[in-house]
Formats: sequence, C-alpha cells, structure tokens
Amino acid sequence: MATKVITWLDERLGLLSIYELVFDRKVPKVNWWFTLGSASLFLFAIQGITGIFLAVYYVPDPEKAYDSVQFIMDGVTFGWLIRGIHHWGATLMVIFVFVHMLRTFFMGAYKFPREITWLTGVILLFATLGMGFTGYLLPWNQRAYWATTVGTAIAGTVPVIGDFILRILRGGTDLSAVTLARFFAVHIWFLPAIIIALIGVHMYLVVRLGISSIPKEDEEEPQEG
Amino acid sequence: MADSHEVQRRDFVNIVLVGIGSVIGLFIGIPAVAYLLSPAVKVQEEEAWIPLGPLDAYPIDTPTLFSYTRTKINGWEKTVNSYGAYVWRFGEGESDVIVYSNMCTHLSCRVTWEEDRSIYFCPCHDGRFNKEGEVEAGPPPEPLHEYETKVEEGILSIMHMEV
Repeated sequence: MATKVITWLDERLGLLSIYELVFDRKVPKVNWWFTLGSASLFLFAIQGITGIFLAVYYVPDPEKAYDSVQFIMDGVTFGWLIRGIHHWGATLMVIFVFVHMLRTFFMGAYKFPREITWLTGVILLFATLGMGFTGYLLPWNQRAYWATTVGTAIAGTVPVIGDFILRILRGGTDLSAVTLARFFAVHIWFLPAIIIALIGVHMYLVVRLGISSIPKEDEEEPQEG
Repeated sequence: MADSHEVQRRDFVNIVLVGIGSVIGLFIGIPAVAYLLSPAVKVQEEEAWIPLGPLDAYPIDTPTLFSYTRTKINGWEKTVNSYGAYVWRFGEGESDVIVYSNMCTHLSCRVTWEEDRSIYFCPCHDGRFNKEGEVEAGPPPEPLHEYETKVEEGILSIMHMEV
C-alpha cells in the first residue's frame, strides 16, 4: 500500500530522482570532519525555527525589548528552552561554520572546480558572524547595549568613511531605537534571506561537483611529465 | 544469506532513525506547542479583597466614594486601571452597608453622587440612579452593580470585580 502511494505520488512529483541524486550520490571515503557542513545546516535550521518562535513574543523597541525577553524567560511556558536553544545554537553555529571553513582550507577542497562553493561559503561565514552581531543587541540588556556601542565604534575607526559606516550601522550618531529596529530587521529578514539563497547555491554545487576526497600523502609531490 | 543480512541491517537503521526522529520531534514539538498556547491558557488572578479602611470612618446615610487602582500585566505591558466604589451605610450596624460600583451600567461612564438631588448622576447620557442604586431615569438598563462586602475587625473590604 505504502509503495503504491509513493509510486502514485512520484509519477506526478518526480521527487525520487532528486532524492537519489542528493542522498544516494557517490562520495569518497571521508571522515567526521566532512560532517561539519551538514552540522552547520542543521544548526541554521534550528536557529531559524527557534527564531521564528521567539518572534512571537519579542518586541524590537527600547521600551519593551528587555521586558519582552524577560516575559519569554519567565512568563511563557518553555520560553527559556526556546531562547536557550537559540542562544547556544548561535554560538555553536559560529564555531561549526568556522571549523568547516578551516577543514575546507586545510584539505585544499576550495580548488578547481570548487572555487564558487568556497566563495559562497566565505560570504556565508560573514553572514553568520553578522547574525551573531545583530542578534547580540536584541535582548537590549547592558551587555547587548555596550557590546554594540563598542562594535559599531570599531567599525567607525575605518579611515575616511568610518564615521559614515558608523552612522549607517546605528541609523544615526547614537545607539537608539533606530539601531535596535534595523538590527532586528537585518537579523530576521536581510541576513536570513541572503543565507538561505547562498545555502541553495552552495549545496547545489556540492551535489553537482561532488565532494573532494581527503588529500593523500603520496600525492604531495606532483609527478612531472 | 548475505543479501537478507544486508536488508535486515537497512531495516534496523530505518527503524532506529524513525524512532530517534520521533523522540526528538516530541521533545521539540511539545514545548513548541506549549510555548504558543501558554498565554491563552494562563488565567490572571483577578479576585481580590480590597480593604476600604475602618467602617466607622464612613458617614452614615451619605454615599462616599472610595477610589482604588488595579494593575494588570499582559506580557511585557502593565496597565493600571482605576475603579471607584460608593460606600453607603444605611445604619449603624456592621452589616448595614452596601457598596456600589461607580460604573454606569449603560456604557461604563463614572457616576457621581449628588447629595442635593439625592441621585447618582451619569453625565454621559443623563442616567440617574437613586440611593438604592435603582435606575430612576435615562438609558441605563440595570441598577448599579453591588460589590460583595465583608467587615472584619472593623475594617470594610470589598471583593474586586471586573464589570
């Protein structure tokens, strides 16, 4: 019966061939370091889901942001859990994405024909750091406020255009309600949209090109002619 | 033999995956649903005895206004509502007291006791109630609401109500 349903659906949707292409593709013999990409993707999904749930109660306004976070922690059933997962997931994601980059670098997996995979990966790394930077302000506590004050001030030390960058980041000269609102928008709309699009390109390339195998020691010296 | 062995292992992996997946799904799904439903199922405690001070402090046969505020907390928002109660002692005894809400039963404007006309007057639509709280004139559909009262050790208290 189940096979009949699946066959009926697949005759119309044709998803099985995509499934086989993605999940049954040939991969070289690899090790645990090669799971970091999947782990990053999993963490991004977790962050997305918990983030959507946090948005149910969070208010991006200086008057209410802190109280709304306190309400999530104390007033909402399992609010502490959702926020806790989002908090720790954020830290883990930065670590996993970074180590994923290190693995790609040290195994030389960025070389032809995978340069575009590497480039999208670099943008994804920066987008992840951007998520961390913008998300850090949102609880609107002392640590968030001063971390963002310092962070935006550092951006302001860029020669010539530094002050302009600072005013773009803060939405004015001061860290204000405008800063909180734009950090929120960047955190839940701009960066996630960029990340989702780039993950799409990144994974399309992984499936299309396959993953590189672990470099072998006897290949260290290339054979001449 | 080798074939059947392999199929068994594949089935085992599938079952374990579905099993672990279901457990994880429950661990995430139940808190997620509880998270969304929580404000809907939490009931705010609204019943409370409000002490109005010593009964003896209120004059006999003159309805006297007592005002108080109640704070409501909805999530991150605090709302302070003020309420008024008219204490009317119609005798010396501890049980000879009726406390009316000053909220007009028509559209919730606040009524005022006017001693010279001996009525509760609502300025919004010229509603009038007599000393017993009954409608004398105007649009109010029912008499003024009475608070539940108690007197303990000479202190008059009313049970707060949301009208």
